[in-house]
Amino acid sequence: MSSMLIVKDLKVNYGGIEALKGISFEVEQGQIVTLIGANGAGKSTTLRAISGLVKTASGAINFMGRDIIPFNAQQVVAEGIAMVPEGRRVFENLTVKENLKIGAYLRKDREEIEAGIEDIYQRFPRLKEREWQLAGTLSGGEQQMLAVGRAMMARPKLLMMDEPSLGLAPLVVKDIFAIIRELKSEGITILLIEQNANAALRCADMAYVLETGNITMSGTGQALLADQRVRDAYLGSTAR
Amino acid sequence: MKKNTKTIVNLVLLALLFLAVWVIERTSSASSMLITVLKKGAIYALIAVSMNLLNGFTGLFSLGQAGFMLVGAYTYAVLTIPVAKRVAVYQMYAGGAIHFQLPWLVGILLAGAVAALFAALIGYPVLRLKSDYLAIATLGFAEIIRAIIQYEKLGPITNGSLLLKTYPTFKSTLFPFAAAAICIGIIVLLINSTYGRAFKAIRDDEIAAEAMGINLFRHKQMAFIISSFFAGVGGALLAMYQGTLQANAFKAAMTYEILLIVVIGGMGSVTGSVLASFLFIACSEWWLRFLDAEQFIGSFQVPLLRSGFRMVVFSVVIMIVVLFFRRGIMGDKEFDVEGISKWCRRKFGKGGAKA
Repeated sequence: MSSMLIVKDLKVNYGGIEALKGISFEVEQGQIVTLIGANGAGKSTTLRAISGLVKTASGAINFMGRDIIPFNAQQVVAEGIAMVPEGRRVFENLTVKENLKIGAYLRKDREEIEAGIEDIYQRFPRLKEREWQLAGTLSGGEQQMLAVGRAMMARPKLLMMDEPSLGLAPLVVKDIFAIIRELKSEGITILLIEQNANAALRCADMAYVLETGNITMSGTGQALLADQRVRDAYLGSTAR
Repeated sequence: MKKNTKTIVNLVLLALLFLAVWVIERTSSASSMLITVLKKGAIYALIAVSMNLLNGFTGLFSLGQAGFMLVGAYTYAVLTIPVAKRVAVYQMYAGGAIHFQLPWLVGILLAGAVAALFAALIGYPVLRLKSDYLAIATLGFAEIIRAIIQYEKLGPITNGSLLLKTYPTFKSTLFPFAAAAICIGIIVLLINSTYGRAFKAIRDDEIAAEAMGINLFRHKQMAFIISSFFAGVGGALLAMYQGTLQANAFKAAMTYEILLIVVIGGMGSVTGSVLASFLFIACSEWWLRFLDAEQFIGSFQVPLLRSGFRMVVFSVVIMIVVLFFRRGIMGDKEFDVEGISKWCRRKFGKGGAKA
C-alpha cells in the first residue's frame, strides 16, 4: 500500500532559527501515526507546515500523489486534510452548532451538511445536548470533542490532531484516546502529535520521535514503547 | 419558536414602529426635538450598525468611519445638485466642473459604491495590519481624505472648504427610517449567512478560522468594503438631513461618537447599536443640551454649566460604561422577540418556560 502522506526532508525556519532541520516520515492510509517529543521539538511546526499555515524552507510534502507545498491553508483543507488545533481553539462566542458549520465551510454540498451535523451529534451526544450553547461555556473535554467534530465536518481524508490531551483531566484524556481509536476503526487516517507519549504510543501504528527539529527514532508504537531510550526520555524509566 | 413565526413577528413589530413614527410626525410640530432625534437617530443607527459589522462582528478595530461617511456624503451632494443652482453653489469656481444632475436614489447608491471603492483600495495595505495598527491607519485615512476634499485645486468638484447645498433632501421622518431599515436588514441577513459566521469565527480566533479553510484576507476585505458601503450611504443620508455639507464636520470626533454608540449598545449586537444610537442622539441633541447653557438661579450662576460641559459629562458616561457595563446595554444579545422571551423565562423562573 502506498503512503497517503509523504514528508521528505522538510525544513522550516522561524526568523533564522531552524525549527525543523529536515525531517522525513510517512503516514499510511487507515493508520494512526504519532509524532512524540518534548516542548519545542518541532511537533506543532510540522503540522502547521503541512496545513499551509507556515512557510517551508525546503523539502517536499506529498499528499495522495500531489505536492501540497505551494498550497495555502484553504487549499490544504480542500484537499482533505483537517486539523484539530492545539489548545482546542473552538470559536467561543459561536454556538456549538455554528462551530460545526464553520468546520464544513469549504464544503459545497450544502444540503448534506445538516446530515453531517447529525452524524457528529450521534458520535458525541453531549454536543447535541449543548447544541445552542456558546462553545466558550463548554468544559475542556467537551471543547475537545467539539474541536474534533468541527474538523470531521470537513470530511477529511487525513485528520491531524495537535496535542488533544493537553490540559485535560486524566479521565477525559482516556475518553479522547478512545475517540481517536474509534475514528481509526472507521477508516480515518490520523496524524497525532502528543506529549503524552505513553497514551499516544499505545494507540499508534507507527511512531516517530522528534528531538530539536530532527527525527531521532521511529518504529511501531509497540516497538517504541519497549525501547529503553524512549522509556528513559519520555515515559520515565519506571513506566511499564 | 419556528423561524417563520419569528420573522413574521419581527416584521409586524417593525411595521408598528413605522406606524408609531408616522403618528408622531403627524401629531408634533416639524421643529420638535423628538422629530430631530428620530431622524438623526435613524441615520446614526445605520452608521453604528455598519461599524459594528466591522468592529463587533469581524473583530477589525477600524476608526475610518467618518472618512467613509465623508466620501459618501460628498459623492451624493456633488452629483445631485441641480444644474441651475451650480453657479450659485460653486461661485468661487465658476460653476464647478460637473454639469449634470443625478436622481437622488442613484446618488445615494453611488455614495455607497464610491465609499466601498475607497475601502477596497485602502484595504489592500491596511487590512494586513492588526488591532491598534489597523485603527491608526484607518484613522489616518479619514484625516487624509478630509484634507484632500478641502484641497483648493479640487474646488471645481468639491467646492473646497466651502459649503455644498441645494442638493435634494428629505422632509418626512419615515424616509431615514425606511432607508436605515432596508440597509440594516441587508446587514442582518449578511451576519446570519455563512459569510457572517465566518466573520465571527475570524473575530473569535484567526488561526483556527484559517485552519478551517477560511480565507482571512478575503473575508476581512469583504467586511471592510460592505461596512464602508453602508457608512457611505449613511453619510449621504446625514448630508440630506443637514441640508448643507462641509468636510470640516466629519472629524475624528464623529468616528468616536459612533464608536461610543457601538460600545454602549454592545459589540456584536445590531439592536444594541440601534437602541444606543437613539439614546445617544437624544442625550446629545436634547436631554443634555442644558449642560451647555449657562443657567442662573436668581443671580447665582450654576457652576460648570457652560459651552462644552456636555462633552465632559459624556466622557464620564463613557468611562462608567467601560468600567461597569463593559459589554454594553445588550452585550452580543439581540433585542427581538426571541431575546425578550428568553429573558422573561430567565427572569420569571420556570413558569414562563412552558408558556
